Formats: sequence, structure tokens, C-alpha cells
Amino acid sequence: MREWPLWEVFVRSRRGLSHVHVGSLHAPDAEMALRNARDLYTRRQEGVSLWVVPAAEIVASTPDQGAAFFDPADDKVYRHPTFYDVPEGVEHL
Amino acid sequence: MTTLADAGLFTYVLGLADDALVSAQRMGWWISRAPQLEEDVALANIGLDQLGQARTLLAYAGQVEGAGRSEDDLAYLRDEREFRNVWLVERAQTDFGVAMARLLVFSAWQRELYAALASSSDATLAGVAGKAVKEVAYHLDHASHWVVRLGDGTEESHARMQAALDAEWPYVAELFEPVDAALVAEGVAVDPVALKPAVLTVVEEVVAEATLTVPQVAPAVGGGRRGLHTEEMGYLLAEMQHLARSHPGAAW
Repeated sequence: MREWPLWEVFVRSRRGLSHVHVGSLHAPDAEMALRNARDLYTRRQEGVSLWVVPAAEIVASTPDQGAAFFDPADDKVYRHPTFYDVPEGVEHL
Repeated sequence: MTTLADAGLFTYVLGLADDALVSAQRMGWWISRAPQLEEDVALANIGLDQLGQARTLLAYAGQVEGAGRSEDDLAYLRDEREFRNVWLVERAQTDFGVAMARLLVFSAWQRELYAALASSSDATLAGVAGKAVKEVAYHLDHASHWVVRLGDGTEESHARMQAALDAEWPYVAELFEPVDAALVAEGVAVDPVALKPAVLTVVEEVVAEATLTVPQVAPAVGGGRRGLHTEEMGYLLAEMQHLARSHPGAAW
């Protein structure tokens, strides 16, 4: 039997939150992928919205790119917004 | 004491409950046998939805009967002739096309039934139906997608889907057999005859989209609502009831 393509599943758990990757599944096409996602990943009220994306369409960084991609951020502490004095009484910044 | 009116309601509720229970049992057969793990889970979900409907309805039937029978007593300790389900749901469905053709018809019927029953004058039936109508709408969606994909798929899948539809079609008519007229008049029960046009429209639209043909076949004899069943019903009950009868009162 020919294998069905792989799909990545993203669930938004509540309004206002982002979709989060929860896993993957096999399905013959997009509509069935969405239904399989509903059955596999939202059966315990985990979500209010679903995305399915063909796994083949995802472009990912590779582990051997890790050094060039991520290591240079190691010593750039000034990128963290921790050098500001927050005036007293400011609740939402 | 059970009055005559209660007896009518008991039989009516039992019919709805047994349709759901027996269909759930057949759906459970597919777990580990569907084309993919994803479909195993989908069919298990559908079966469990149906089982949930059956449980509430059986518990209510037991209450209406007033003889102290629980949902488990009714599910596991009745004999074949006491079951009131239609023939559509009781026959084996070991072919995926048959399972989807049957689910298409059954869920289309259940959706119209529950939608109407949600405004029943019987508060319990209205409550069960109001919850279940959303579940069966999804069952209908699932079955429709598969029937369209298989019907409008390859030459082989088309032929097999048509054969499956032909095999199930004689059992459609029984769904629309009249029920207790007094219950319908009181607004407790839904008149199945009145559901027929809407159900057939839904099913025939899916059949047309799937490039299949609505079968022209004579209806089967039927008789499930009177406790008459096909040979396959006995095997189903043997499997479903074996544990509960061999170990009375067994619990987890």
C-alpha cells in the first residue's frame, strides 16, 4: 500500500494564544488531515483551532548549521531588555 | 407500576438506544483493523460517541420501565428477541466501504432524528438529542468524505464503494418505519416517516458527488423494531455479552 503523506499539526488551545506544534499524522489529503488532527489531538478539549501543514513543506534548520545559526547569540546579553529602569507603579510594560 | 403509555415510551427509547449500541459494537471491530492508525482512532471515537448515546438512552429506558433494570442489565442481559435495533446496524461490516456507506446512511438519519428530537416534549430525550446531534454531524462529515474519496477515486475503489452502497441500501427503508402514533401525537417521539425526504436528500447529494448511483433495490424484510433479527445479530451479542454473562457483576 502506498503510504499517505505526513502532516504536522498545530493547535491553538485558547483564543489569544498562538498555535503550538503538537505532533504529526498521516492523511491522504488536507481535509482528511484536519479531521484526523481533530480526532487525535483535540479529543480532550485541547483546542479551539487547528492547523495542518504538509511536513514536506516545512523548511527546517539542520543540526550542522547550529554553530553558525545559534552560537553567536551566546554573548550578546545586551539583546535582553534587562538594562532599563522600570519606573515604579508601571504595571504593564 | 408500568402504564401502557410507559410501555410505548420504553419500546421507543429502547429502539434508539439499541441502534446506537449495536452500531457502536460494530464500529469497535475496526479498532486495529482500519487502513491507518489515524482511522482506527477516528472510528473508535465515533463508536464511543454512539456508545455514550446508548448508555444515556438505556439508563432512561430502564427508568421508564420502572423494573429496576440498569443500563448494563439492558445491554448485557437481554436476549436477541428483546433488542429493538434496525437491521442496518447489526450486520457485520468487515469491508471499509460497507462501514462508510452504512455510517453515511445511519448518521444522516440520526442527525435528522436528533435535530427533531431536540425539541421533544420529553425533557430527557430532548437533552440527549441536543448533545448527540453535534456528535452525529461529525460522523456524517467523516463518512461523507470517505464515500466521496472512494467513490470518486480509482476504478477499483469506485466499484467497491458502489457495491458497498448496493449492499446497504435494502436496509435504508426500515429506518423510516412508523413508530407509536400516540407518542408522536404527544410530541414525545419523532415520526420517522417525516425524516425520509431530508435524510435521502443528504445521502443522495453525497452519492452524486462521489460519482456513484443511488441503488434501485427492493427493501429488505426488516423487523428489528419487533425483535426479529438477522443471523449475524446472535454472533454480535455473543461477543458483546460474553464477559458480563460469564462473570456476573464483574467490575474493574
